[in-house]
Amino acid sequence: MLTRRFVMGFYLVFLMLPIYWLINMSLKTNAEIISGYTLWPHTLTFANYIKIFTDSSWYSGYLNSLQYVAINTVLSISLALPAAYAFSRYRFLGDKHLFFWLLSNRMAPPAVFALPFFNLYSAIGLFDTPLAVALAHCLFNIPLAVWILEGFMSGVPKEIDETAYIDGYSFPRFFTKIFMPMIASGIGVSAFFCFMFSWVELLLARTLTSVDTKPIAATMTRTISAAGMDWGLLAAAGVLTMVPGAIVIWFVRNYIAKGFALGRV
Amino acid sequence: MDKTENNKAWWLVLPVFLVVAFSAILPLMTVVNYSMQDTFGNNQFFWNGVGWFIELLDPSTDLGGRFFDALWRNLMFSGIILAIEVPLGIAVALAMPRQGWTVAACLIVMALPLLVPWNVVGTIWQVFARSDIGLFGAVVNGLGIPFNYSQNALSAWVTIVLMDVWHWTSLVALLSYAGLKSIPDAYYQAARIDGASGWAVFRKIQLPKMRRVLLIAVLLRFMDSFMIYTEPFVVTGGGPGNSTTFLSIDLVKLALGQFDLGKAAAVSIVYNLIILAVCWVFYTVITQMDAKGRRS
Repeated sequence: MLTRRFVMGFYLVFLMLPIYWLINMSLKTNAEIISGYTLWPHTLTFANYIKIFTDSSWYSGYLNSLQYVAINTVLSISLALPAAYAFSRYRFLGDKHLFFWLLSNRMAPPAVFALPFFNLYSAIGLFDTPLAVALAHCLFNIPLAVWILEGFMSGVPKEIDETAYIDGYSFPRFFTKIFMPMIASGIGVSAFFCFMFSWVELLLARTLTSVDTKPIAATMTRTISAAGMDWGLLAAAGVLTMVPGAIVIWFVRNYIAKGFALGRV
Repeated sequence: MDKTENNKAWWLVLPVFLVVAFSAILPLMTVVNYSMQDTFGNNQFFWNGVGWFIELLDPSTDLGGRFFDALWRNLMFSGIILAIEVPLGIAVALAMPRQGWTVAACLIVMALPLLVPWNVVGTIWQVFARSDIGLFGAVVNGLGIPFNYSQNALSAWVTIVLMDVWHWTSLVALLSYAGLKSIPDAYYQAARIDGASGWAVFRKIQLPKMRRVLLIAVLLRFMDSFMIYTEPFVVTGGGPGNSTTFLSIDLVKLALGQFDLGKAAAVSIVYNLIILAVCWVFYTVITQMDAKGRRS
């Protein structure tokens, strides 16, 4: 019992220390940061946060990111739902190969796709739009959503489907009225994962945008200027990128573990 | 579950197929096209056949040398982080509180690093490990051990491995925890009646139940560490020298830095084939385990 508490406590401290350090730094003045390390801010300042919330070149980065993340999540889930249903209920020509091919896209390195994506989206005039990033992130989010949803759907007995058809439900009505509420937690979990992987990705998001839809992650590189590094501002921007994630975790806290197991435990 | 044969199910899969094909097959064809050509700038391309591939697979050439260097470096990195994260993740999952509000609290804190954008993960550790303004770097230096990740290769590796452990151990822990939760209480009761030791319970009950999710964890961790880019790029930029230049970093340097499109495309294809092969092995093992689980 004691060793368990010790392991857990030690691990949680290990997780929180670097985050504390970032928060600590975001509340300091640059003069204090550079003059050596202090365990807590001696001259407390909120100037870094105020700058981000009042300067549109800063806060628009957050809005841009949230925009493509939202589009990607809606797109991924609405396309993955019927596909996951097909994989969990039917055998069809090439189903196993198709599933493997989808899975392999989740594993493909984004670095391989960066340059071709840039060419492709420039050619069809989507470069520097939120839609381009959302579509690009579909490459790894749709396979993941299909994988998770298929796991949850396989847990629903097939008799439910058959009973509904005997009762005279059409497929779309059965799917939206009966089936979707039954796997609501699965939908929530896969939405969480789409949100997560789209929110944390930088390479593709940065490659596919230039001015209008620059993600916050790319905006953060601006803190390096001729006058040196603006550490306080960088730290404050970093802290703020963690807020949406923390809010989303709160909502799905009871399902996180199951979702990571792809609905298969 | 018995599935019915129905080829009309293709209509349900078609939208996913089209969208993913648009994002996967079209760009991949561009890559194949580039990999057979050479460019001297100005959008002029020359046919090069399989020339790049021959150069790439020969470690004595420039291109082959740097590719194999990056490949070994990356494999070593993946090996190290798996060797740390899997046992640590299992230990943390076993240490989870059984009930009460602490469960939710632990879950939330553990999931937090996973939701931090990857460049911010880099930023956090870039700051945390600096010897002048970072707690970790300053403490290690204070102990009399010289530590500077921008000049010393060993320090850079320690920083990046620690960063990855910080970032992803929770994934292994959460997966193992989900596996542990699926064990019915009756199993533990039976073990207690038989007087089984803690180690026996772990070996005979907990580990077999976690095997499936652990396999998924190893698959995801191996793949993600094999294509790691953003975090080490932010911290070390691949340096000092080339000591932390992993495959993706090297590839981006080639493609977007030097605009050596032909070489970069050839690297991309070999890189992708390696991933496809590993992915196939894992997929076969997981589906076979599923089939076995269904029969028993």
